[in-house]
Amino acid sequence: MNNMNWLPVYPEILLLIMACVVALVDLFVKDERRTPTYWLTQVSLAAVAALHLSYFNRGETMYGVQGMVVTDPLGHLLGFFAAIAMIITLVYARPYVQSRDMLKGELFSLSLFTLLGISVMVSANNMLVIYLGLELMSLSLYALVALRRDHAVSTEAAMKYFVLGALASGFLLYGMSMMYGATGSLSIPKIFEVISSGQPNKAVLVFGVVFIVSGLAFKLGVVPFHMWVPDVYQGAPTAVTLLLGGAPKLAAFAITLRLLVDGMMGLAVDWQQMLLVLSVMSMLVGNLAAIAQTNLKRMLAYSTIAQMGFMLLGLASGVVNGTTLSAANAYSSSMFYVVTYVLTTLGTFGMIMILSRQGHEAENISDLAGLARRSPWLAGVMTIFMFSLAGVPPTAGFYAKLSVLQALVTTGSSFYIGIAVLAVVLSLIGAFYYLRIVKVMFFEEATDLAPLKPAGDVRAVMALNGAAVLGFGLLPGGLMALCAEAIVKALAT
Amino acid sequence: MGLLSLAIWLPIASGLLLLALGRDDQAKAVRWVALIAALASFLVTLPLITGFDNATAAMQFSEKLAWIARFNVHYHLGVDGISLWFVPLTAFITIIVVIAAWEVITERVNQYMGAFLILSGLMVGVFSALDGLLFYVFFEATLIPMYIIIGVWGGPNRVYAAFKFFLYTLAGSLLMLIALIYLYFQSGGSFEILDWHKLPLPMPAQTLLFFAFFAAFAVKVPMWPVHTWLPDAHVEAPTGGSVVLAAIMLKLGAYGFLRFSMPIAPDASREHAWFIIAISLIAVVYIGLVALVQKDMKKLVAYSSIAHMGFVTLGFFIFNELGVSGGLVQMISHGFVSGAMFLSIGVLYDRVHSREIAAYGGVVNTMPKFAAFAMLFTMANCGLPATGGFVGEWMVILGSVQFNFWIGAVAATALIFGAAYSLWMYKRVFFGAIGNDHVRELQDLNAREFLMMAVLAVAVIWMGIYPKPFTDVMHTSVDALLKHVAVSKLN
Repeated sequence: MNNMNWLPVYPEILLLIMACVVALVDLFVKDERRTPTYWLTQVSLAAVAALHLSYFNRGETMYGVQGMVVTDPLGHLLGFFAAIAMIITLVYARPYVQSRDMLKGELFSLSLFTLLGISVMVSANNMLVIYLGLELMSLSLYALVALRRDHAVSTEAAMKYFVLGALASGFLLYGMSMMYGATGSLSIPKIFEVISSGQPNKAVLVFGVVFIVSGLAFKLGVVPFHMWVPDVYQGAPTAVTLLLGGAPKLAAFAITLRLLVDGMMGLAVDWQQMLLVLSVMSMLVGNLAAIAQTNLKRMLAYSTIAQMGFMLLGLASGVVNGTTLSAANAYSSSMFYVVTYVLTTLGTFGMIMILSRQGHEAENISDLAGLARRSPWLAGVMTIFMFSLAGVPPTAGFYAKLSVLQALVTTGSSFYIGIAVLAVVLSLIGAFYYLRIVKVMFFEEATDLAPLKPAGDVRAVMALNGAAVLGFGLLPGGLMALCAEAIVKALAT
Repeated sequence: MGLLSLAIWLPIASGLLLLALGRDDQAKAVRWVALIAALASFLVTLPLITGFDNATAAMQFSEKLAWIARFNVHYHLGVDGISLWFVPLTAFITIIVVIAAWEVITERVNQYMGAFLILSGLMVGVFSALDGLLFYVFFEATLIPMYIIIGVWGGPNRVYAAFKFFLYTLAGSLLMLIALIYLYFQSGGSFEILDWHKLPLPMPAQTLLFFAFFAAFAVKVPMWPVHTWLPDAHVEAPTGGSVVLAAIMLKLGAYGFLRFSMPIAPDASREHAWFIIAISLIAVVYIGLVALVQKDMKKLVAYSSIAHMGFVTLGFFIFNELGVSGGLVQMISHGFVSGAMFLSIGVLYDRVHSREIAAYGGVVNTMPKFAAFAMLFTMANCGLPATGGFVGEWMVILGSVQFNFWIGAVAATALIFGAAYSLWMYKRVFFGAIGNDHVRELQDLNAREFLMMAVLAVAVIWMGIYPKPFTDVMHTSVDALLKHVAVSKLN
């Protein structure tokens, strides 16, 4: 465990090199459309994805860089999905940013740095590494949100995101220092051992857990640490909203799992309670507030809050009555949830970008009016996304909700079954605003009659995206098995 | 591919094809493709009837494939005497819907036809699913096409109706989802409905399961007091939507009682039977009275559907063979009769664009052929002997008299209310002097309308005179079900 062993971090090294190469190459690109930069970025992302996948297929757990990083199937699977999410994001984003004069080299190198941060986070084995990855990702995202410099709303969003994000990082760091104080180590497996031994001062540990959970809650955007989410989602250019609403959710899930489960399983009783409260409040606030929104991006932001709350339910139901028998089941249901959620989110924001055009942001729900007539095909795909978010079969979102509910019910505790019923009632409220989008698209007459002609690659990726959400709804078994395998292997070590 | 799979996926695949390729400038081709697909989907269900073995209560035409390995979910299909007839009925009604929309729907024809074909396949899936999760997926998925059908082609208040329809049904079925997961957990990781039938369960669990299933199925049936979505949905839906809603979708709920509530929670079902019987009788009597005062024809037939479905649930929960078989026969005949009633209203609506009873009067003078058909269907709706409506109601009344004379007596009043609201509506619409110029200019049925009316008329009379093919199929399965329900799962 203590040798350097660079092998596990090849994807990260590749990303780092390519991020720098892209930044340099872009200096020499004269082309307004940044074609070489774009393709170089996409090829690098594809290479990183392929690398992650090949590591995942090897299925081993390795430690690298003196035990600072762990490379297990969980990390590589999430890294793979994050790279794919980034590829899709950039495909959707290119025409959008181009028509808004934001197609600069920075976009691409910052995207790569964001993914580097995510990659580091998903395979971190040390609290400091988690923090480094988190900051790398967050700083890149702060800059990306402010990409539209001359736009007051964007700048405000960036400021808000930065201040609150820095505060959250501070929380997390403070919690980590508490843990270090109590256990004498920053290494996650070591912390796990020390906590299991029962020696450290419980008060300090719980204090640390509170701060760590708060920091994570900020990053996941769950109530009551959700204030930044609607403003940033709405204020950021849609391409960037997609960037920060997609892949980073996978990273936030990963560090939650690494910190709480891998490191502090011994304190599960404490943090599960916190997660349950966060989760129920998020579903309540997210679903109710989303109903009142007229801005599509803001509505989706509140929907994200509610969805993340639902996802947390899985994480909060791993340890029941002191046994961890159902842990793998519970955590893999959350992982499946977050993966399908990201897949759906990519599609919804991608759709907003398709509907937007030069000088017009299709941000309001009313901009979708009559989409079924303007483009039955796009309306159909968007309908799949909406029903998936609402959790109606046969879409991927249904199985996500099913697996989390299943994790709650199979605990066998009537308390958790009660929570499951509550979650179901709250997601019924949620169904209302997703249905409203379908209503606007199908039942209302179009107000905006500009022809919709998305570029060929955007159209193809959108079709694949829709097919994936529907496909994982018809045959979810494969993805579920992958998530379960990754979680089981991560828990085994 | 098995027959049942074919009956499910053939309409769905052709519906998707129409959605993907159809355009409004090829409306004619779209209609023909839809008709051929609907006919083909119906034809593949016929071997189910001819090849069905009446002597066994076991599931027939079974197909079982692994589906979601992680949750041990199977793509498991099969029909028994309880579900068999609903498969061809669904496919049959879809043909009628396609024909009924022929000249009426002129916009987004491919989407309309596609939605109905997909809906048809999904409903067949509900009736033939033997895996709990598969059932749920089909059950829920039917909401999507129906939501779009009501919302796009419906009347002025369609958005409200579509939302109400969707959210009411979703609310009920989400509780059922928890129940299904709970059963999965209790049975040690199985989603097989037939395994759940054998699963011993303590009384508190049975009670909760019973009410969770009740939430889903009562909304779908719909039973009083959760019926309020139905009149709205019916009034606003286009004719085809109303037909499918009344003829098939309501049956999904009633079928659920037989497939889930009763065999899975038999003790709770017997314990709470009084409750179901009570609200069924309220539906029969109170909703019958409500129907009497309606001014809108569609609303009247919608309320009459609720009252008729009250008969069905009443028959199920008196736990004797006459009652359960009678309920099933009533479900099938109501499928034909209510479908025919909504089509008749559709015929008038297409011409006059009003559903108000007061907007008509003396239609018999201008549309004699139509009036004759409508007379038959109205009579069937009030349960006249020798029509389909009679057999089921008669069996249920006999069954309830066996169970308890007073319940039978109250149930029998339905025949009086049924006759009152049906015949009174008929009188006001068809008889008397010609009400206004619209009625004076009415054209009688064209060949297309005549065809679909005639087909339904044959079905209604056939069910009234010779119901034996229906009851023979059900007999063994209903018997087995009742024997199963009689044995306690406690201990």
